[in-house]
Amino acid sequence: MIQDLIQFMLRHLWPLVFGVVIVAVLPLLAGYVVLMERKVMADMQARLGPMRVGPHGLLQPIADAVKLLMKEDITPDKADRWIFWLAPLISVTAAMAAYAAVPFGPVFQVADLNVGLLFITAVMSMGIFGIILGGWSSNSHYSLLGALRSSAQVISYETAVGFAIVSGLLLAGTLSMQKIVQAQAEQQVWFIFLAPVGFFLYLVGSIAETNRAPFDLPEAESELVAGYMTEYSGFRWAIYFLGEYAAMIMVSSIAVTLFLGGWMRPFPNVSWLGFLDFLPAVVTLGVAGYCFWRAPRQPVQIQKVVMALFGAGVLLVAGVLGWAASLPETMTERGGILGAFWFLLKVFSYIYGFMWVRFTFPRFRFDQLMRLGWHILIPLSIVNVVGIGTALVLAKQMHWPRWSAISLTTAVTLLIAAWLVHLELERTSPASGGAEA
Amino acid sequence: MSLDQIFFYFFGGIAILGAVLTVTRRNPVHSAVFLITALLATAGIFLLQRAEFLFAAQIILYVGGIMVLFIFVIMLVDIDVALRRVQFTRQRWVALLLALVLGAQVALALWMGRAGFRLPPARPASTEGNTELIGRVLFQSYMLPFEIASILLLVALVGAVMMAKRKT
Amino acid sequence: MIPTSHYLFLSLMMLTVGIIGVLTRRNVIIILMSIELILNAVNINLVAFSRHFGTVDGQIFALFVITAAAAEAAVGLGIIIAFFRNRETVLADEMDLLKW
Repeated sequence: MIQDLIQFMLRHLWPLVFGVVIVAVLPLLAGYVVLMERKVMADMQARLGPMRVGPHGLLQPIADAVKLLMKEDITPDKADRWIFWLAPLISVTAAMAAYAAVPFGPVFQVADLNVGLLFITAVMSMGIFGIILGGWSSNSHYSLLGALRSSAQVISYETAVGFAIVSGLLLAGTLSMQKIVQAQAEQQVWFIFLAPVGFFLYLVGSIAETNRAPFDLPEAESELVAGYMTEYSGFRWAIYFLGEYAAMIMVSSIAVTLFLGGWMRPFPNVSWLGFLDFLPAVVTLGVAGYCFWRAPRQPVQIQKVVMALFGAGVLLVAGVLGWAASLPETMTERGGILGAFWFLLKVFSYIYGFMWVRFTFPRFRFDQLMRLGWHILIPLSIVNVVGIGTALVLAKQMHWPRWSAISLTTAVTLLIAAWLVHLELERTSPASGGAEA
Repeated sequence: MSLDQIFFYFFGGIAILGAVLTVTRRNPVHSAVFLITALLATAGIFLLQRAEFLFAAQIILYVGGIMVLFIFVIMLVDIDVALRRVQFTRQRWVALLLALVLGAQVALALWMGRAGFRLPPARPASTEGNTELIGRVLFQSYMLPFEIASILLLVALVGAVMMAKRKT
Repeated sequence: MIPTSHYLFLSLMMLTVGIIGVLTRRNVIIILMSIELILNAVNINLVAFSRHFGTVDGQIFALFVITAAAAEAAVGLGIIIAFFRNRETVLADEMDLLKW
């Protein structure tokens, strides 16, 4: 039996290493996404954000993590202790376990499941229990209300997100994440251009799924204190927060793989654009140069040193990227290293889009949120799936050119979307007797 | 003990343990959490038998849908009063005896006929994926049950909303 | 390779535990959960035989069983909520409205 286990481990060594790397790097990455959010928030509010801890606030996540670890662990008096302990674990485990099927590069993937996309959807839907059980076990009104609202919101938008994923899936023809990326390479177009309505539905749905503004009523500070996280403090809260940001990176990963071309560079098949392969190295070289230029201008000596070290680190990464780009095309390391860069770039662009939306739009009221989900997004997502299916039938069976079929069905879908919005506005306008706004 | 057997006993053990804990807990929320583990272990059993689509469908539908519904209802129904009452019915010993006798009878039948349930006959592995095969068979041979199931779900949807509405 | 009989015994054990739950518990919600256990045991059985015979029909049947279980759980829980609003109880032997 031990022999069998050892054989199993050796055969699957690389995926296990990837798994360990993902689980180890993810908390750090989530911490830096938090820093990115604070900096982006500051930028959009015309201020600077965290600047003290480390140069330009770069060590802020580490300081936050240390602070949270050292806080007192409080359990409410009559809380259900066992479930109080379990709930954050479910939230973070669901978010992390889904990373097993995400392709960061042509080989950088823990497992290329046949049903990868379905597996990710299934595991992400387990995260709801973290919210519900956390809110219930805190034995507090705010927590329970926040948990019920939050989970009602998540399950309402799950259907729309599922249908949006199906619309992208129809174009790919397979559930395996790696093959979806390859399908985008073969069809030479990112699926966002073939299914723009699907991408938009997925964008809105994923903002609602991760409880982010403008759908963040359940956890907004002015509304229900902190919703289901109210009674959690210290490290337990950090686990919840980590789960939320890991889920955010996860939905971005799904969007990038399904709609934005995954780990491939833009225009992967066009050979005369091959100089784009050097773009990662050039960009990181620019970042390193900026770090070195800003290093002498830091106010404190230790910050100068940290900035210089950071610049050296980025220079090393630039060197690796440049070396990878200069390898011949067929070597897998080349695709792997460059693929990881493009994947992370796209994921962070999608997350930047999340943050942009957060700091631009006001919050939805809960009934407006539910109305939007059930009355507009779910019918529209169903119509979208029917539209894309019709386009594929027109293209494959009746031999229309693919672009005209897709354009026709997208136009019809947009008309139906306009009609749905019109119906909804009419239903709730004061003129027709509706009392809502 | 091959890897297959390790996984089978692992998932099977968790399924049975979760099931036993589900029916014996006093607090319905604890029962629900153990039922979730039993359902996840069942999904693992499905995956062991190469039923990949059913594995994902079980998690999405059963765990992510039905159990969320259960937990919502447990929260809406006040369980504090019920927690202090006697949890088991007056007929528990007779029921236990009857259930065990039923289980023993079926186990005996399975044991007598175990020669027919040995390893599945070796088949050439089909190149079509499990999901593609299910999709093809579901929409070609089983179209009528599929449509009936969708009408059933519509009826259940309307029924559940009507039952749970407050009569204003 | 796991013989099909192993899966059948597992399914039988889950079925027995589910039957014990339905017959011995007073809390109606836990009775419904035990019914879900029974349906899961049936699903394991169906998938085991589907693998034994090499067809996919068993898995499709199991999918329909999951669908029916969802419908039944939804309506059952709606009934429980409606009954709780009227009688303030979730214990099965206190739901005796037809007695006098």
